[in-house]
Amino acid sequence: MSDVPGARGAIPQPVSGGAAAAAPVPAVASDGGKAGRNQIRREQRRVLFTSPAFVVGCLIVGFWVLAAIAPGLLTSAGEKEFVEAGNNSRPFGETWLGTDSTGWDVYARIIYGARPILIVAPIATALAIVVGTLLGLIMGYYRGWVDEVLSRVLEAILSIPVILMAILVVTTFGKSTPIIVGTIALLFVPAITRTIRSAAISESDLDYVTSAKMRGENGLYIVSREILPNVVGLVVVELTVRLGYAVFTYATLAFLGFIGGSVTDADWGVDVAQQFNQIVNDRWWSSIFPATAIATLVIGVNLIADSIDKALKS
Amino acid sequence: MTTIEEPAAPSQTAALSIDGLEMSYIVRGTPRKVLRGVTFDVRPGEAYGLVGESGCGKSTTAYAALRYLPSNGVIDAGTVTSGGEELTSMSARQLREFRAKRASMVFQDPVQAVNPVLKIGRQVAEAFVVMGQSKKEAEKSALHALERVRIAAPRSVMERYPHQLSGGMLQRVVIAMGLACDPTLLVLDEPTTGLDATVEAEVLDLVRDLRSELNSAILLIAHNLGVIRTMCDRVGVMYAGRVVEEGSVDEVFDNPSHPYTKGLLNSIPRHGLRKTDRQLFAIPGTAPQIGADLPTCVYIDRCPISTDVCRTEVPPIVQRSDGHWTRCHHEDRIADVPEPDESAIKYDVGTEQIIGVNGVSKTFRQRGHDVPALVGVDFGFAEGETLGLVGESGSGKSTLAKTMLGVHAADEGGTITLRGRVMADKATARREESVRALSMIFQNPDSALNRAWTVRRILERSVVKLTGVKGAAADKRVEEIAAAMQLTPRHLDMRPRQLSGGLKQRVAIARAFAGNPEVVVCDEPTSALDVSVQAAILNLLAQLQNDERTSYMFISHDIGVVRYLADRIAVMYLGRIMEIGSTASMFEGTNHPYTEALLSAVPSVDGIAEDRIPLTGSIPSPANPPSGCVFHTRCHRAIAGLCEVTEPEIRELSPGHSIKCHLTVEQLNEPFEIAPDADLATPVDDPTP
Amino acid sequence: MATLAILLVIITAIPNLAPGNPARKVAGGTASPEVLAQVTEDLGLNDSILVQLGKTAQSVLTLDFGTSPAGQPVSEILWSSLGNSAKLVILSLILIVPLSILGGLIAAYKKDSLLDRVIVNVGVAFSAVPDFVAGVFLLAFLAVPYDFFKTQASAPGEGPLVQLQHLLLPAIAVLAVYFGYLARITRAGTINALEADYTRTAFMRGLSTRDVFRNHVARNALQPTVAVLGTQLGYLFGGMVALEKVFNYPGVGKMILDAVEGANYPALRAGVLTVAIIYMLATLAADLLVAYMNPRVRQSLGDN
Repeated sequence: MSDVPGARGAIPQPVSGGAAAAAPVPAVASDGGKAGRNQIRREQRRVLFTSPAFVVGCLIVGFWVLAAIAPGLLTSAGEKEFVEAGNNSRPFGETWLGTDSTGWDVYARIIYGARPILIVAPIATALAIVVGTLLGLIMGYYRGWVDEVLSRVLEAILSIPVILMAILVVTTFGKSTPIIVGTIALLFVPAITRTIRSAAISESDLDYVTSAKMRGENGLYIVSREILPNVVGLVVVELTVRLGYAVFTYATLAFLGFIGGSVTDADWGVDVAQQFNQIVNDRWWSSIFPATAIATLVIGVNLIADSIDKALKS
Repeated sequence: MTTIEEPAAPSQTAALSIDGLEMSYIVRGTPRKVLRGVTFDVRPGEAYGLVGESGCGKSTTAYAALRYLPSNGVIDAGTVTSGGEELTSMSARQLREFRAKRASMVFQDPVQAVNPVLKIGRQVAEAFVVMGQSKKEAEKSALHALERVRIAAPRSVMERYPHQLSGGMLQRVVIAMGLACDPTLLVLDEPTTGLDATVEAEVLDLVRDLRSELNSAILLIAHNLGVIRTMCDRVGVMYAGRVVEEGSVDEVFDNPSHPYTKGLLNSIPRHGLRKTDRQLFAIPGTAPQIGADLPTCVYIDRCPISTDVCRTEVPPIVQRSDGHWTRCHHEDRIADVPEPDESAIKYDVGTEQIIGVNGVSKTFRQRGHDVPALVGVDFGFAEGETLGLVGESGSGKSTLAKTMLGVHAADEGGTITLRGRVMADKATARREESVRALSMIFQNPDSALNRAWTVRRILERSVVKLTGVKGAAADKRVEEIAAAMQLTPRHLDMRPRQLSGGLKQRVAIARAFAGNPEVVVCDEPTSALDVSVQAAILNLLAQLQNDERTSYMFISHDIGVVRYLADRIAVMYLGRIMEIGSTASMFEGTNHPYTEALLSAVPSVDGIAEDRIPLTGSIPSPANPPSGCVFHTRCHRAIAGLCEVTEPEIRELSPGHSIKCHLTVEQLNEPFEIAPDADLATPVDDPTP
Repeated sequence: MATLAILLVIITAIPNLAPGNPARKVAGGTASPEVLAQVTEDLGLNDSILVQLGKTAQSVLTLDFGTSPAGQPVSEILWSSLGNSAKLVILSLILIVPLSILGGLIAAYKKDSLLDRVIVNVGVAFSAVPDFVAGVFLLAFLAVPYDFFKTQASAPGEGPLVQLQHLLLPAIAVLAVYFGYLARITRAGTINALEADYTRTAFMRGLSTRDVFRNHVARNALQPTVAVLGTQLGYLFGGMVALEKVFNYPGVGKMILDAVEGANYPALRAGVLTVAIIYMLATLAADLLVAYMNPRVRQSLGDN
C-alpha cells in the first residue's frame, strides 16, 4: 500500500498461532445473526401494516383524499347546487345527509369540503417540518448565542395559543390561502424546533460526533451527514403528529371565518360556523355532519401517526 | 479473610441455600433460559462470591435470592431457602416480612437506588419503620445506622438530599439501610462498579470491617475477580447459568480446576505481567445467549479439552479437595489447557519524540466560573511507545486526550507538537498530515460509532477523509483493515447495534487505524468489555503496535492492564501530572503519595498484598482546587505548613522517573501508620452542580 | 422577561405592518380626511416605532389600556372577559385534573391491560378533535334534547349555581380535549417512577405496595404532569376562542376576536398581552411547584 500517503508498512495479515487469530469470529450479538438493516425495516413495516390502527387510519384518510381529488366520483350534486329537496330537509330521506338552510346538499358540501383542508394542512406541515428541523439541528449543534436568542423568540411565539397567534397574523397580512398556509407553518415551527433541538443536543454529546470533529469534519457535514440520520425517525413522528394539529388548526380558523376564498365555497369549518345556529331549531345535521368530517379526519391522521410511532419503536 | 469455614450442617441453617434453580425470561412469548440449575449454599457468617461475565446469570441469581423476579421472569425448577424457610413458596406477606427483617440487598448504582425527592434521614428511617419501630425510634436508629457505616457528621447527612452526596457516600447510606434489620443475609450486586478506585476501596473496607461486627452472611456478586478475592471466603464461578466451579478463594484462584476458570484467570494480567512476557489468553468464541439451547456441558463450545462425552452426559461434580469442586468430565486433564502464547513483541521503543505536550493548560468557563481542567501538563512520548495514563474521575484525562486531538483548544502558551512541529489548536485548522497522524479509540462503542451508519461507511469515511483515497481503492482499504481486525465482509454491511461489544470495539479500532496513524489515544477502550473479550482486544492492540510502530496513550483505571501494556506510566490528579516514570520504576516502591494510595486501593486477584492506605474525603471539584499542592487535602504524608501553601515543582526521583511533591525519597520510603479514625467519611463539599 | 419584551415588539408592530390603512378601518370608509388624520394620531401611528413601543410598555405597566374606537374603556372589557374566562377555566380544571391524573395513574399501574389501552386510546381519540367540534356535538345531543344543559354559556345576573349549570357543557368539551394529553403524561411519569431503581429498593426493603406508591412513586410521578398543567393552563385562557363562539360566551378569546375584526387595537394589545402574561405566570407557578416537589430542581433554580 505504498501509494497511500503516510503508509509506513502494510497492514499485517492476521497472525497465525496465538489466541487472537485462533478465535473464530465471534457471533453477532442480537437475534441469532440475521444480517442487514433490511431485516429491521421489514419487521417494522410488518408491524405497521398489520396494526388495526394503521389500517383504519389509512381507510379514513384515503377516503377524504379521494374526496379532495375527485369529488365528482363520490357525489352527483354540486357544492353550490340548489337541490330538489329544498332547504333544511332531513337526512336519511331523499338526500343522504339532508340539506342545509340555503338548500345545498350536505353530503356534497362535505365531499367538496375535503379539498381546502387537505391542501392547506399537508403543505403547512411540510413547510414547518423543513424549517423546524433545520433550525433545531443548527441550534442544537452549534449552541452559543444564536441558540439563546432564537430560543427566546420561539418561546415568545409559544406563549400565545396557536389560534390567537394565527388570528393575529392572518388579520395583519390578509386572508388568503398562502398566508394561512404560511401562518400555520410558522406557528408549528417552535414546537418542532424544540424537539429536534433537544435530540441534536443529545446526539452532539455522543462520541461519534467528537470522532468526526477529530477527523476535521466541518459543522455542516456533521449536522447533515452524522446527526440528521439519527434524528430522522423523530422527524417522521413529528410530521405525522403535527399534521393532525394542522388539520385541527385549519378547521378552527375556518370556523372563525379566516379563510382564503369565498365564504360560500364548501369548507367544513365554515359550514359548521354558518349552520350551528340551526341546532337550536332542531336542525342538527347541517353542522354535525361537517363537524364529524373534521373529527374523522383528525382521528384518522392520529391513528396513522400513532401506529407509525409504535412501529418505529418495535 | 482466607480461612475456610468448617462446613456447617447442611441447608437448614444456611443463610441462603439455592438448589437446582432454573429460571427463564419470557421474551415475546417464548421462554429463554437464563439459569440452568444453580446450586450453592451461603453459610451463616461467611462471605460467598459469585463471579462470572455478563450474561452468566449472576445478577439474576442475586435477585432470586430475595425472590425478586422481573415481570417476565419465571422459576422453572428448584428452590431458594433461607434460614430453613423456603422463599419460593412464601406468600406475599411472608416475603415482605422476610425482606424487611431477615435479608437485604445493595444494588449497583447508589445514585439510582435512592429516591431523589426525599431526605436521606427519612429514607434510612424507613428501613426501621418497616420493622415496626415508631417514627421517633426510627429516626434515632437511622442516626445510629449512619454512624455505623462510618459517616462523620451523620446529623447533617440526614438532612441532605441524595443529589448532594457523592457516589461513595450514597453507597454507604444504602449499606446502612441494608443493615438496618441486622439481616442474616446481605446481598451485594456489583456494589462498587462505577465508583472510583479509592472510593471503591473505602466501601469494600467498610463491608469487610462490618463483617466482624455483624452476623450477616454476605453474597457478593461481581465481575471483578480482584474484588471477590479480597472480600470473600468462598467463590462460585458461573457460566451460562450454571455454577461450574466452587471452592475457597485461594484454591479457586490459585489452582483453578475448570477450563473456564483457568481461561478466565489467564486472560487477566496477573502478578505484574507485562506484554513482553506473554500474550493474554483470549477464550475463543463467545458466551452463549440467554435462551440458547446448550448441550449438557455448557462450556463445551469453547473448551480446549472437551470430548464427545461432554456433549452427551452431564458433567459430574468432581471434588478436588475439601470444599473445592468442579463440574467437568476431564478435571484430571486440567493441565492440558494451553497456556497463552509467548509474546510476539519485539520491542524497541524509538528515540525520536513523536508527541510533545508542553505546558498545556485548559480552562473551561462554566457559568461565570473558571474551571481549570488541565494545569501545566508537560510530557512527551516516543515512536512506538505506550504511555499509560492513570487517574480518577475529574483528573482531566479525557480533557487531555481531546485537547491533543484538537477538539478543545489549549489555553494560551501551551503547545502540542508532532515530531517537533507545533500543531494548530483545532482539528479543522490542522494540516492533513497532523489530522491523519492522531486518532482515538473511545470507551463506549455505542456512543463512538454512528448508529445510523453501516460499518463499511464508518470505515470508508475515515479512509476517504484521512487519506484522500477514493472509490475502488478506498473500498479495498476498508476490506483490508476490516480483515486485520477479524471482521468479515458480512460485518461490514451491518449496523453497530447488531454487533457485540467486542466486535464494536474492533470496528472502533479499525476506524482508528484507517489512516495509518502514528499516535492512537485509547480512552478506556476495554472498560466496558468482559474480561475475556478484553484480552483479545489488548492482544490486538499490542500486535498492531508491534507491526506498525504506533505510539499509544493508553488511559485506564485498571492498574493491572496499564502495567501490562504500558512502557511508561503517568498519574494525573486534578488536571496535573503527579508522577511519571517507566513502568518498572513505578512499581519499585517509591511513589508519589497519591500513587501510593491508589496502588494500595486496587483489589488484586492475587490476594491482598499490602496494607490499605485509606484516602479521606472525595476528589475535590476541579472548579475549586485546594491551595498549594492540590493533593494535600487527602495526602497521608502531607507536611503541615508546606504542602497547603506552595505547589511543588516537578522533581526527578531517579532517571526518567519524576514526581510533583515536596517530600524527599527518604520521607516517601518511610512505612506509613494508619490512623484509627482514618476511615470516617465526611461530606466535605457538595459535588459540582 | 425577554419573551415579554419580544411580544411587546410584535404587538406594536402589527398595526404598522398591516396592509391597508388601519386608521381607515377604524374611522370607517367614508370618514373625511380630518377625521382620518385624527384617528391616525389617536392610534399613535404617526409616532416612530420606538415611541409606540414605549407607549405600549407604559400602558402595560400602568394597566391603562386606553379606550376603544367606540369609546368604551378597554380595561372594562378586559376585566369582564378575564373574569368570564376564569370561571370557565376553573370549572374545567376541577373536572380535568382529578380525572386525568386518576386515569393516568390507573393506566400506568395496570400497564398494557385492557383498561390501560382503553384509557389511552379514548384519550387520544378525543384529544384529536377540535374544541368547537366537541362543543357542537354537545350542543346538538345534550343541550337541545335535555333542558338541564344550556345552549348559552353565559347567564349574566344569575346566581353561581345557575352560572355553573350554564358552563357545564363547555367545560365538558374542554375536558374531552385535554383529558387525553394529561392522562398520557401522567401515565408516562408514573411508569417511569414505578420502574425506577428506588422503587425497587423500596419493595426490597419490604414496604407494601400502598406505602411504596404513597411515599415514593407519587411525588416523582406527578412532576411532569404539573409542568404540563402550567403550560396548558396558559393556553386555556385564550385558546378557547372557537368554543366561546359556539356557546356565545364572552371570554378573552372572543374579546380578542372582536378586537381584531373591529380593528380595535388597544383592546387587541391588551388582550394578547394579558394572555401572554397569564401563560408566563402559570408556567412560573408550575415551575415553582415542581421545584417544591424535586429538591434537585430547587437547587439549580437557586443557582440561577
